[in-house]
Amino acid sequence: MRAIGIILAGGNNSRMGDLSAKRAVAAMPIVGSYRAIDFTLSNMTNSHIQKVAVFTQYNSRSLNEHLNSSKWWDFGRKQGGLYVFTPTITATNNFWYKGTADALYQNINFLKAAHEPYVVIASGDGIYKMDYNKVLEDHIATGADITVVCKDIKPGEDDLSRFGVVKVDDDNRIIGFDEKPLIAETNTVSIGVYVVRRRQLIELLEACAAEGRTDFVNDILIRYKGVKKLYAYKMDSYWRNIGTVESYFNTNKDFLNKEIRDYFFREHPDVYSKVEDLPPAKYNGEAVVNNSLVASGCIINGTVEDSILFKKVYVGNNCVIKNSIILNDVHIGDNSYIENCIIESRDTLRANTVRTGEPNQIKVVVEKNFRYSL
Amino acid sequence: MIKKEMIAMLLAGGQGSRLGVLTSKLAKPAVAFGGKYKIIDFPLSNCINSGVDTVGVLTQYRPLRLNQHIGIGIPWDLDRSIGGVTVLPPYEKSTNSQWYTGTANAIYQNLEYIDYYNPDYVLILSGDHIYKMDYEVMLDFHKSSNADITLATYAVPMEEASRFGVVITDDKGCITEFEEKPEHPRSNKASMGIYIFNWPVLREALITMKDQPSCDFGKHIIPYCHEKGNKICAYEYKGYWKDVGTLGSYWEANMELIDIIPEFNLYEEFWRIYTKSDVLPPQYIASDASVTKSIIGEGTEVYGTVESSVVGSGVSIGKGAIVRNSIIMNGAVIEDGAIIDKAIIAEGVVIGAGTELGVGEEAPNELAPHIYSFGLVTIGENSVIPAGVKIGKNVAIFGQTTIDEYPDGLLKSGSSIIKVGE
Repeated sequence: MRAIGIILAGGNNSRMGDLSAKRAVAAMPIVGSYRAIDFTLSNMTNSHIQKVAVFTQYNSRSLNEHLNSSKWWDFGRKQGGLYVFTPTITATNNFWYKGTADALYQNINFLKAAHEPYVVIASGDGIYKMDYNKVLEDHIATGADITVVCKDIKPGEDDLSRFGVVKVDDDNRIIGFDEKPLIAETNTVSIGVYVVRRRQLIELLEACAAEGRTDFVNDILIRYKGVKKLYAYKMDSYWRNIGTVESYFNTNKDFLNKEIRDYFFREHPDVYSKVEDLPPAKYNGEAVVNNSLVASGCIINGTVEDSILFKKVYVGNNCVIKNSIILNDVHIGDNSYIENCIIESRDTLRANTVRTGEPNQIKVVVEKNFRYSL
Repeated sequence: MIKKEMIAMLLAGGQGSRLGVLTSKLAKPAVAFGGKYKIIDFPLSNCINSGVDTVGVLTQYRPLRLNQHIGIGIPWDLDRSIGGVTVLPPYEKSTNSQWYTGTANAIYQNLEYIDYYNPDYVLILSGDHIYKMDYEVMLDFHKSSNADITLATYAVPMEEASRFGVVITDDKGCITEFEEKPEHPRSNKASMGIYIFNWPVLREALITMKDQPSCDFGKHIIPYCHEKGNKICAYEYKGYWKDVGTLGSYWEANMELIDIIPEFNLYEEFWRIYTKSDVLPPQYIASDASVTKSIIGEGTEVYGTVESSVVGSGVSIGKGAIVRNSIIMNGAVIEDGAIIDKAIIAEGVVIGAGTELGVGEEAPNELAPHIYSFGLVTIGENSVIPAGVKIGKNVAIFGQTTIDEYPDGLLKSGSSIIKVGE
């Protein structure tokens, strides 16, 4: 492969509310059996990128646990491998990563030691399938310095003010780039995937660091857009960013749609994740499950509708769960009622618990009750 | 220097002919069990959970699927730099070549494998039982009783003891007598086919008995050692143990998993069972679907009704289809409106729309009544059943069938269609 991969997975997002209290957004469990970063990691391995570095700093325990072995994505090879870079104190630096460009700059030796001519940089919180080789081919064909993968967002589909909004000319050259604008000029957003020549990137990072600048989007993409050739590569397949509670909830619920499930899971290539050796899900006599996704290891005694049960969820007798997302290893006591909620992982809900949100105001439930052994 | 205290030799070469069409193209240890597992996962998981990290798997009958499943042992953490899992098929020698002719003969042909690891003890296992057992506890028993050989026994109901090889022990657990399928059993301690040998004792016995045709542990090695005066002890195992050698017991063992708290519980954190599993999305249960008293594997999509069944991974069950009291293995497709009652449906089978399985009165199977009984319909892997036909009980089907093979759209109870082409 001609490129190495970099995944920026360090970020927290205050708009994830309590869900990001204990993990980076890239480590969010999603669609029952995956974590957000699985999609980007799978795209990398399916694009035959063999050397991938994940940059992380915010509450990275959950992410590190998920990345405990590179074999799930087939990176554990003699050529290449999966590297996780968290900030370290060195003789010359004892700061955290002050921004995405700073994170890359602090590990610039990784870039310098590589021999692959190109770098694919991707954020770890996008849910999509993509062959990065197509972007790379386009990057070479247009003669771009940096290629930014973009997508046109349909009106009302998502909140444009949380993305980088770009304006392109007829040749797809980027002539305008606003990061999280209050009023978006166009509906074309950057999905946070870039292709750049490795030496070009090193040069830009060094120039950026010399000026004390730290952010990849503001200090490299936006600052250099007139000087360097930035081109957009438009993608039109499914893509979602899960950076807010609302978009996280909706993205999960998208997978109740058969076309979307088939696109991701029944069409080549596959999406990989860590295998957890859980038994199949079990439905007892009183179980009523409709229009829902259920992951392995669940035991269901109650009613579940329009919901997603992640791994190892226990649903007690006479429970009713509607339009909700129950994350990994949640125990729901008998006679509970849950509607329009996201229940944080490893929670224990006592018997007779009632938690309800509104359809347009999903409630995030975090409870830290002691789980009595059954 | 390489040294392992105990290594395991897992006998996985048998066809398991009493499982009928389920083992037409694969060895019994590779048959699916409990929604996502294969039978061999149980002894392999027991090994790693007991700290036995060197396992030789003896294969012979149709080993392809078994080889694919075992690979280099990653799912069981048996990919080791020293030890791990090794698949041991029969091989050609400079003087002669022979298949494995019996359980002990298979071990004899792999003396070099065992010698390489220089073990003190060798554990002999068979790949066709469902159980969770700590072999380390058995080894402790073996050491503390100062035995040369320890064999695991299981208390079976007295009236069934005549189907087993039973042992008679003294008050210290030492075996004084063996009875193979006795008419009037004097003990209900049945041998489970699990042995721990002191390696020098086994080595000597295997070499002495090497010319015994079809040399077998139960029939030849144990009696030989007994006669020679080796100390043989019985380790009484008290947990769940199920021989799934017949279609009836195989079906029953699967159905026991769906009890509210099954005797054999796969959901315990302790003693997890590992298997090679693809990364699959969660299962989807559609709006009009109903699933009760069942276990369902990953990636399965249910649009119909599933009741009291064990369903594997990647299965699809169409709208209006009804599946009851059945085992559906990975990747099977049950089209809209099909009705399935008390059937075993192997991997990749397609059941056409509106077809009914398990209709009418029972009748003994005409081809192999001792195999296809219990009122079950058994469909071998990758078979195709056309739409709109009715199929009776005690029926076996293997291969791609067309509507012409069902006179008046009916395959009556006791019939079979078996097309095992090579």
